Amino acid sequence: MKDARHKNIMFYLKGHWQLYVLLLIPLAFALLFKYGSMFGLVIAFKDYKIVKGFWDSQWVGFDVFKKVFGMRDFSLAVRNTLLLNSLTLIVGFPMPIILALLLNEIKNKYYKKVTQTLLYLPHFLSFVIIGAIAYQIFGLNSGIVNNLIENAGGTRIPFLQKDTQWLITYVLITVWQSMGWGTIVYLAAITSVNPELYEAATVDGANRFRKIWHITLPGIKATVITLLIMNLGKIMSGSFESVFALRNVATTKYTTTIPILIYQLGITGGKFSESTAIGLFQSVIALILVLAADWIAKRLGEEGLI
Amino acid sequence: MSNQTKLSARAANGIADTLIYLFIGIVALSCLFPFIHVFAKSISEEAYVIANKVFLLPKGFSTEAYKKVFSDSSILTSFYVSVVVTILFTALGMLITLCAAYPLSRKSLKGRKTLTMIFMFTMYFTGGIIPEYLLMNSLGLLDTWAVMILPLAFSPYNLMIMKTSLQSSIPDSLIESAHLDGASEFTILSRIVIPLSKPIIATLSLFYAVGRWNAYQDALFYIKQNVSLRPLQLKLYYLVVSSTESFQAAVEGSAQLTNPEVLKAACIIFATVPILCIYPFIQKYFVQGTMVGSVKE
Repeated sequence: MKDARHKNIMFYLKGHWQLYVLLLIPLAFALLFKYGSMFGLVIAFKDYKIVKGFWDSQWVGFDVFKKVFGMRDFSLAVRNTLLLNSLTLIVGFPMPIILALLLNEIKNKYYKKVTQTLLYLPHFLSFVIIGAIAYQIFGLNSGIVNNLIENAGGTRIPFLQKDTQWLITYVLITVWQSMGWGTIVYLAAITSVNPELYEAATVDGANRFRKIWHITLPGIKATVITLLIMNLGKIMSGSFESVFALRNVATTKYTTTIPILIYQLGITGGKFSESTAIGLFQSVIALILVLAADWIAKRLGEEGLI
Repeated sequence: MSNQTKLSARAANGIADTLIYLFIGIVALSCLFPFIHVFAKSISEEAYVIANKVFLLPKGFSTEAYKKVFSDSSILTSFYVSVVVTILFTALGMLITLCAAYPLSRKSLKGRKTLTMIFMFTMYFTGGIIPEYLLMNSLGLLDTWAVMILPLAFSPYNLMIMKTSLQSSIPDSLIESAHLDGASEFTILSRIVIPLSKPIIATLSLFYAVGRWNAYQDALFYIKQNVSLRPLQLKLYYLVVSSTESFQAAVEGSAQLTNPEVLKAACIIFATVPILCIYPFIQKYFVQGTMVGSVKE
């Protein structure tokens, strides 16, 4: 019996060994760069000293975590990560849905195509460019918006130079950057709604708003729920590039998110054990949230994510 | 319905239409105006920019700022670094993606589930910033070309899209019959699978290329000492966003431009134009790829 199975496998490999050879290349990259870096996580449980290296540094158990959890900057970073993500979610989640519903109402093909092309544009630009442009637009002394405000007789607003204003500007910019691209999934979902439903509703005398409310929205409900759960699962993940490109020395209250703190503490400050512990804490929470989101989505009868 | 209600319904419809067109138009223009403004600034005469007089149309005309940008060798070097890195990274990324996606798309592959799990797990859990940094350090990759090409070349997200696409576009029977004809897996991949998957290969190449062109986080972490290896986005960050670096010509004292705003604007346009030029052509591939990514088997 065992022999027969062995023979089977050998026969299979003889025909298909090349598939495994192909897989060696991606496996090597995944193991070296993705799994390889996971070994470095042990230094969250060690008092890592560069001169001693990974192996010879002293084990300290959860001491690093205890130290990190007591840091003022740590709780600040966790709060800021959750704050920025939830504000972006609250403001940014409905926007693509609204835009998609309205785009769907536009019957002029060219108008639709041109506006869509413009709406997708910010998605293709780096956050450095977006950050640089943001300062050209919202800068205090020479930004165009403040120039217009002053021309109209108002006083200049520190959009990016004061904490609260920065927070609002940041949320608006990130929402602006992603809203157009976000419509794609919804527009695709809308095309799968049965057109007979609209015809029947027209016969019944339903106006446009009622058709959107009673046919289109229920038609894309599944997509909306899946994406909402998926986004809730990402609430603990930090976005480094967007915050880093928009922050400045004047605004530190909300810009210290977890990845920014890790960067300052670890790469700039050389405190590798502490910053690794913070990163591990975030990764574990983020993983749990994603798994929970997947479980809930499947529970609700939607497609899972994993 | 009476004629009158029909008419008023039509009028209401027309008003709604106008409002929708107007709203979408305004939002779409909000995505265009920032660039027009920065462009106008970049070709305006400096005095007008300093006086905050430039809005959507340039005032005066001067290409002085662009001359500065093109005579700054460090900006041109950064551009060159970005181009080379993007090309090599895209080629390597596609090689890895194809080598993983084709075997995993074969339902008969033994160990398919486990291998897929190994690849996909990296989408949800990673070592994180510091362990990755230390790994690059111990591999001796800091301040090298390779650090911007190798580590991110394996992308589980792109792999998933490729795999889904291969499964839906290439019938099993086609591969089985090629197999029966004695074709090796390498032949099947190069003669059947790749020619049949040109659209998705184009799409994912663009995902890789645009992603690489735009990213600056890894370069910020890994390129520290060797400043001539800074890619364009990182150079732009130091030059324009954090303003910790000045323009070469300005340092040499040959500058006629005293205000950095015009130069910054020219720099932004310089870095944006490559994307703007190819954007209209690549947009549809991106839309398709995103759709494949959102549909699971």
